[in-house]
Amino acid sequence: MQITRSQPSAVTLAFAEAVGIDGCVAVEGGRTHWQYGGTLAPNVRLLRAPTGVVSFEPEEMVVRCGAGTTVAELTEVLATKGQLCALDPAQPNLATVGGVLAAGVSGHRRLRQGPVRDSLLEAQYVAADGAVIRAGAPVVKNVSGFDINKLLVGSFGSLGLLAEVVLRCRPAPVLSQWIQLDGADPRQVRAAVYNPSSILWDGNTVWVLVEGDPADVEAETRTLRTVATVELVMAGPALPLGGRLSLPPGTLYNCMRADGPVAGLGAWVAEIGVGTVHVEHTPPLPPLPNAHLQRTLKRAYDPSGRLAPGRFPW
Amino acid sequence: MHGGSTLDALVAELRAALAPGRVLNTAAEKALYAKDGSATTPSAPAVVCLPVSAAEVQACIRIAQAHARAITPRGSGTGLAGGAIPLDEPVVITTTKMNKVLEVNAEERYAWVEPGVLNLDLTKIVSAHGIHYAPDPSSQQSCSIGGNIATNAGGPHCLLHGTTSAHVLAVEVALPNGELVMLGGLEPDPVGLDLRGAFVGSEGTMGVATRIAVRLMADPPAVATMLASFATIAAASDAVSAIIAAGLLPAALEMMDANCIKAVERFAHAGLPEDAGAVLLVEVEGLSAGVCGASVLIDRVCRDHGATTVRTAADAVERALLWKARKSAFGAIASIKPNYYLHDAVVPRTRLTEVMQRVVEIADECDLIVLNVFHAGDGNLHPLLVFDRREPGIMERVERAGHAIIELCLSVGGVLSGEHGIGIEKRDYMGLLFSDDDLRHQDLLRHSFDPTAMCNPHKVLPAGSRCGELQHVPEGAWI
Repeated sequence: MQITRSQPSAVTLAFAEAVGIDGCVAVEGGRTHWQYGGTLAPNVRLLRAPTGVVSFEPEEMVVRCGAGTTVAELTEVLATKGQLCALDPAQPNLATVGGVLAAGVSGHRRLRQGPVRDSLLEAQYVAADGAVIRAGAPVVKNVSGFDINKLLVGSFGSLGLLAEVVLRCRPAPVLSQWIQLDGADPRQVRAAVYNPSSILWDGNTVWVLVEGDPADVEAETRTLRTVATVELVMAGPALPLGGRLSLPPGTLYNCMRADGPVAGLGAWVAEIGVGTVHVEHTPPLPPLPNAHLQRTLKRAYDPSGRLAPGRFPW
Repeated sequence: MHGGSTLDALVAELRAALAPGRVLNTAAEKALYAKDGSATTPSAPAVVCLPVSAAEVQACIRIAQAHARAITPRGSGTGLAGGAIPLDEPVVITTTKMNKVLEVNAEERYAWVEPGVLNLDLTKIVSAHGIHYAPDPSSQQSCSIGGNIATNAGGPHCLLHGTTSAHVLAVEVALPNGELVMLGGLEPDPVGLDLRGAFVGSEGTMGVATRIAVRLMADPPAVATMLASFATIAAASDAVSAIIAAGLLPAALEMMDANCIKAVERFAHAGLPEDAGAVLLVEVEGLSAGVCGASVLIDRVCRDHGATTVRTAADAVERALLWKARKSAFGAIASIKPNYYLHDAVVPRTRLTEVMQRVVEIADECDLIVLNVFHAGDGNLHPLLVFDRREPGIMERVERAGHAIIELCLSVGGVLSGEHGIGIEKRDYMGLLFSDDDLRHQDLLRHSFDPTAMCNPHKVLPAGSRCGELQHVPEGAWI
């Protein structure tokens, strides 16, 4: 007999009923991340996941919300208590929490905040057989059992459809400052600053986002002035939205080469220290590593292939 | 089930694949590997292998498989949940001889290491570059990186920096079928599913890690370590909640109660206040100005919640002493009683005070001594029941108290384990935390990596977690 957690909410159960036990289904959120992953098969029933912030406990630094909640709505609720969650999609008014997690797409502040997968504490999802499954728990530290949440993030719904999630929050920084350094060497910039939220580079200019205590921001800015000419700006660069590359961060400097990883992909902006490169044109699909193991997992969780068919494209 | 001649053949093949001296099968040698750091009943393996390479690990797995033997991976054997206890007389594969740091890239802040590298040794080796490995369990002088990965180990500094999973970039794994694969990589996002993330915390059930790329972090320019004393655990717990509510996320936030303070002070002589009901050890790190501001705020919050003294470590020596005090808590208890039963539950921070109160009551009801040391910042409790197991009737009281503590923590919305893992110890409580469907889904993951259930069997998931599973009765079990 379970003595802990509450049962799935009525809304989650209704969502599970809508998913049903057969027929191809997928979740549609804000349609902001459909350029990632594969093309959805035709004639798939589209559903919307539950929406709304269910509970927010700033003292626990956790928030529970429907997977269909927009990131903007979540951000607003967290901001009322001076907190935030490490999700920074390009279009927060449209992008849903579930969509960001299902696509596994992290924000530009990943250098300091970590990837989105480290924010997911608990996921309630609807399985291929219609059951509501809970993975993880609503506490910030937990090693009770196997980490299904890590599989769910970036699975495009192909293992289970996210209904409700619990995310880890952090205190929001008091001050945020974008600093532009034209012609700077990104390596030198990275070596100079202690704990920036973001270092972006397009081959010509480096942008650094420094956040935190105002005196710390001032100190980091002073340090950067020793590296290159500094300009305080209102925002970082616009990030190309065609797609992303995921490269070992030590190899990012190859982006400058004509035959380098961004050749033919148009405008690009790299996240120094992380390895993500935002590109204008959708890159070709890379080969699937450990394909046998991945397909075994996919088949285990979705034997008939009814969940978001085509979105896991290999 | 396993005949004597088959065992001889198994040992001979392993010796041929590795080296005679690195395959152990005398009774005395096997007894050493029959236990880990937990109080779980020891269970002897069939044979113990000490490979020095991934190829040798693969050979051990294949030979075990050919002899229909399970395998049990083992790091340093410091685990506290029975994860490394060999059940079903398996082939134990211990990685203690795979202890080299292979490559350090200080600029990009990562290192490739073998699984037997000890946690603290890794930090010491890279420290000259001004970087360190962040996850710092109290056993870091003895525990291995491979073992840390198996349990997704924590430690005080995981409050700010995250647990092991956030610090593992890639793992080369010898799978239960003998194949060698690389999970993850230096790149930020995996192609397809995050197999690396699924492997971390799998407690030796999905294969043996043979090589790991770990993330390293820059040493902070400034650190402030503070010790605040309180008259009661309740006051200290409330201060913890208030620190978080004030918008601070310290690098570490630890609590010790009066029993623990007394035991530790006798050993570490760190100047801990022996008349305090509880102390908080708070550490903040970062740039100087932010650290200064945070210290001032923490001082004020502690005093607002009744702190009788707040002391800041004056230098690195004093800082080290305070941490020695905290991290030697388990060792120091030997001065009170020879045995301990350590819990590892997590509760929501806001329920800490009432839970700590109830834990003390449970110990009283069972007429046991309890020490409390824990990661107060993330609600991860370590109530330590100390006893002498030779005392008649005591084990029944210890188990009763343990069960009551677990049920208490789950009833307030907590979980079974914050960092030690489920192993054997908490396996049969999993049904209190998860539904049958939830457990079945966890087994889908495990089964995908280990279809024959021969990799560290009977750990983590209770029997019957899979539909139609045949109950596997360990040899020697009394039915």
